[in-house]
Amino acid sequence: MKPARTDNFNRRSFLQTACAASACSLIPMQGAISAAGLYEVLPEAKVYLHPAQYYEKLEKRRVRCTLCPRKCEVDDQERGYCGVRENRDGDYFTLVYGRPCTLHVDPVEKKPLFHFLPGTEIFSLATVGCNVNCKFCQNWQISQVRPEQERSYDAPPDKLVETALNSQTPAIAHTYTEPVIFYEYAKEIGKIAHEKGLKNTFISNGYIEEKPLKELLPFLDAVKIDLKAFTERFYQELVVGELQPVLRCLEILVEEGMWTEIVYLVIPTQNDDPDEIGQMCRWIRSNLGSDVPLHFTRFHPQYMLKTLPPTPIKTLERCHSIAREEGLNYVYIGNVASNKAEHTYCASCGEILIRRSGYRVNIEKLDKGNCLNCGISIPGIWE
Amino acid sequence: MKYSVSLAGAFASLNVQGTPTSKTPRVSLVRDPGCFNGDRIDRRRVGELLDKLLRVQFDVADPVDVFRRYFTPGERIGIKVNCLSGRRMSTHVELVDKIVERLISADIPAEDIIIWDRMNEDLRRGGFELRSPGEAVACAGCDVLGYESKITVHRSIGSLFTKAVTRLCTAQINVPVLKDHGIVGVTIGMKNFFGAIHNPNKYHPNRGDPYVADLYSHPDIGGKVRMTIVDALEVQPEGGPPYQPEWVEKYGGLLTGNDPVALDRVGWDIIEKRRNQRGLPSLKEANREPTYIHTAADLNLGVDDLSAINIRRS
Repeated sequence: MKPARTDNFNRRSFLQTACAASACSLIPMQGAISAAGLYEVLPEAKVYLHPAQYYEKLEKRRVRCTLCPRKCEVDDQERGYCGVRENRDGDYFTLVYGRPCTLHVDPVEKKPLFHFLPGTEIFSLATVGCNVNCKFCQNWQISQVRPEQERSYDAPPDKLVETALNSQTPAIAHTYTEPVIFYEYAKEIGKIAHEKGLKNTFISNGYIEEKPLKELLPFLDAVKIDLKAFTERFYQELVVGELQPVLRCLEILVEEGMWTEIVYLVIPTQNDDPDEIGQMCRWIRSNLGSDVPLHFTRFHPQYMLKTLPPTPIKTLERCHSIAREEGLNYVYIGNVASNKAEHTYCASCGEILIRRSGYRVNIEKLDKGNCLNCGISIPGIWE
Repeated sequence: MKYSVSLAGAFASLNVQGTPTSKTPRVSLVRDPGCFNGDRIDRRRVGELLDKLLRVQFDVADPVDVFRRYFTPGERIGIKVNCLSGRRMSTHVELVDKIVERLISADIPAEDIIIWDRMNEDLRRGGFELRSPGEAVACAGCDVLGYESKITVHRSIGSLFTKAVTRLCTAQINVPVLKDHGIVGVTIGMKNFFGAIHNPNKYHPNRGDPYVADLYSHPDIGGKVRMTIVDALEVQPEGGPPYQPEWVEKYGGLLTGNDPVALDRVGWDIIEKRRNQRGLPSLKEANREPTYIHTAADLNLGVDDLSAINIRRS
């Protein structure tokens, strides 16, 4: 989801943003933080180096990045596709460690994570950069730029966790852009967050290699993956990535017991074919299980894809029906005001457990993860 | 799905470098391997070499006439250099100085000339003296000149364009280097304009194909290039784009042409010949054939058939 821009992250602008967000979402902002004086605003046109993990040295001072499946081979003084990792004389560095460009407190439903501490807020951050280039990106102003093109904050991991704690939110979300590309920073934040009793989440495209993913999981509590389509064609043409590694990422997350939710942005004429939706739902049921929440969200024209209309509500409802018919238990519709498919229903008795309207959340018949009507356990992280 | 805009507008504005339908592609190559004093460039001889290049290409007695013909007082002229590889494998300051001298001789005010590249830091490392816009012969990076805030979507490209191409300059002189590129094969003229966008890192997959050609086909890019002078004083047929001293050759050459595709094609051929002479595999064998040059020809930006190019050597 689009972050509110906080160019100067001080108390005044934070509160203005918070108030605006509150007005829009009709929920009060809880645990407002004061960031005044906490972070030095770093200028544009300056880069900072921190050793990168996951790369191989090649001949002629070239390196191969092994963080994501793209496996960029990067010459000296050049950067990978993400634009935030640079080869300096045969060593590879991240340019965004401790340099978030956006900090904010959001409703957790905005991520969206619906089975993870519902009704709470989550401390959210991003650095610039992304390892794909979705033609419909809603945050391209920060995901598709380079570190020297955007102001950032001097926020080392320990200081950032301290701010998150002060915000009185129970969890941190690495979100807005693509946290895989600020892996080292996110991992260190995750370590410290766990030590301090905070949960840690990734809102990601799932385009990551197996080894770094598995080494990150001990420091995460929940992951939301944007499954952008179920065809390689779509990934190749509109994402500049690949589908298969994302599916493998999802399998690993579930195999490793990580709480996982999936978002599928439905784009008219591009990934809304009922057959494709059906295939995807069957794959999810067979490989991930029927309890993984699936969110069908509404597309709005953005970035390089302004020629298509917003997704018709009927299309979203058709996707929802297909997923339910294919046996998925927790299927949602998002980016649509007041749709009954925003609620969480008990998969056994059909009772509304959590009622939602936008970011307004009422936990009605759920107690410690159990349906108050029929008593079954609802999968998720509830406390 | 249609991302692209009509190319008709782009072709209409490609003036001096022309289109293949309007004139026979002509590329000139002049050489003076003796223009070096050790590692230093002999400024006088580089000036003479530039003049010789213009005489050969344009059949003129006075090289300044070429600048008079193509640039009008009142215009703002951008000079796009390539300084990504530091002092030793960037566009030579000595050559750019001579181009600026000729422009001024052609009555272009020094205040209307801007030397530019991607970043101030790149220019500084390339040996250029930074000067702010408005000063006589400004020299600044896009990080200082700024980018448009609105994204330009053109064919496969979605980028913020530097103001150097959209509003600060009415015409461009492209002064690239000639070298191997580890991903896209070669970097010469068209590829040099990756320095005009905010996200070049997104356009190297598939050996830059079709991205290099698509970007160059935009009216604000190729459409504003009036002249390309390839700095082949030193060439690097392997190990690029970074400077790798063991592969750099004092070639002592300059190239220009009336067709951006033909010029890149001839440059590519020079790189292949240098590679062959050093026992290196061809770029195709090295899995980095610069197919974007063929794509540019397919887009009707120029001619990529070597046999159809009138190559003048001197």
